[in-house]
Amino acid sequence: MNTQWYFLQMILVSAAVTAMIRFLPFLALRGRETPPFIEYLGTVLPFAIMGMLVVYCLRETPILVSPHGIPELCAVLVTAVLHIKKRSTLLSILGGTLCYMFLIQLIF
Amino acid sequence: MAERLQDRSVPAALKATIPVLSGYLVLGIGFGLLCQSSGFPWWTGVLMSLIIYGGSMQFVLVGLLTSGASLITAALTTLMVQARHLFYGISMIDRYREIGAVKPYVIFTLTDETYALVCTDEMPEQCDANRYRFFVSLFDHIWWVGGTLIGVLLGQIIPFSTEGIEFSMTALFVTVFVEQWLSTGDHIPALTGVAASLVSLAVFGPSRFLIPAMILITLLLSLLRRREVQS
Repeated sequence: MNTQWYFLQMILVSAAVTAMIRFLPFLALRGRETPPFIEYLGTVLPFAIMGMLVVYCLRETPILVSPHGIPELCAVLVTAVLHIKKRSTLLSILGGTLCYMFLIQLIF
Repeated sequence: MAERLQDRSVPAALKATIPVLSGYLVLGIGFGLLCQSSGFPWWTGVLMSLIIYGGSMQFVLVGLLTSGASLITAALTTLMVQARHLFYGISMIDRYREIGAVKPYVIFTLTDETYALVCTDEMPEQCDANRYRFFVSLFDHIWWVGGTLIGVLLGQIIPFSTEGIEFSMTALFVTVFVEQWLSTGDHIPALTGVAASLVSLAVFGPSRFLIPAMILITLLLSLLRRREVQS
């Protein structure tokens, strides 16, 4: 029960903040110009946040003990190279994930 | 009424969302599988897809839920991850001015993919712009929730081990990171994000680095802008 209540609260908070961001321009910026600083953050934040999310996903990778993050490194490289070569989001995600599942289930 | 019969908004919207359908189904199924393999109650993933309706954020939230993060971490992380949606809204203010009763719904469902389809002013033939935009928004939302539901159900019957499926989240972000990297010559914001996060991770450790990283990123980007403005 407690876990379910915690899950529900977390989801509601995230949903509320998401909705707030989506509604804000319609409520606050109606007809007015966007402040330059906000506009600047809007252009650069997505790049920085995506970098942060990659780090976030890999935050618990064990570097000093076996397997030293080798499966993660390989799968990230496969994802990136696939994407540079083919530019297909789905193919890159599928390829990287299958590569990772293969490595940790069968090799490491 | 005669006008209604001529209106081709529904089939045109359906056709326009087919590329999104394939993407949302696959990603939604992956998301549903991830929720299931994380041991969440079945409704968790479906509810997220229904009321958060933001791919990246939902994947991050799975991580936050698993690690038992605080509500304030969830709020701040959502703010940062979803910040870009602010700008979709800005460019739709005029287009959604006359859309009527469905206005809250089309604003709430303004995801990256939906925005890409509705931000154009060139409508398919015999389409009412308001109706077309509403149905594009609705179909995309249905594809996303549907994919999640399929993933959750599959997760309960799937005959092979899904160990490692959590990497789909990493792969998603690596893919978007690479895509963004290739789309611009200015790599300083991306590098700032990675560097600030790594520093924060080293200082605060894996369970607490997210909030300091977000503060550091905002601070550094503000400083970079000041330099840009001065020079």
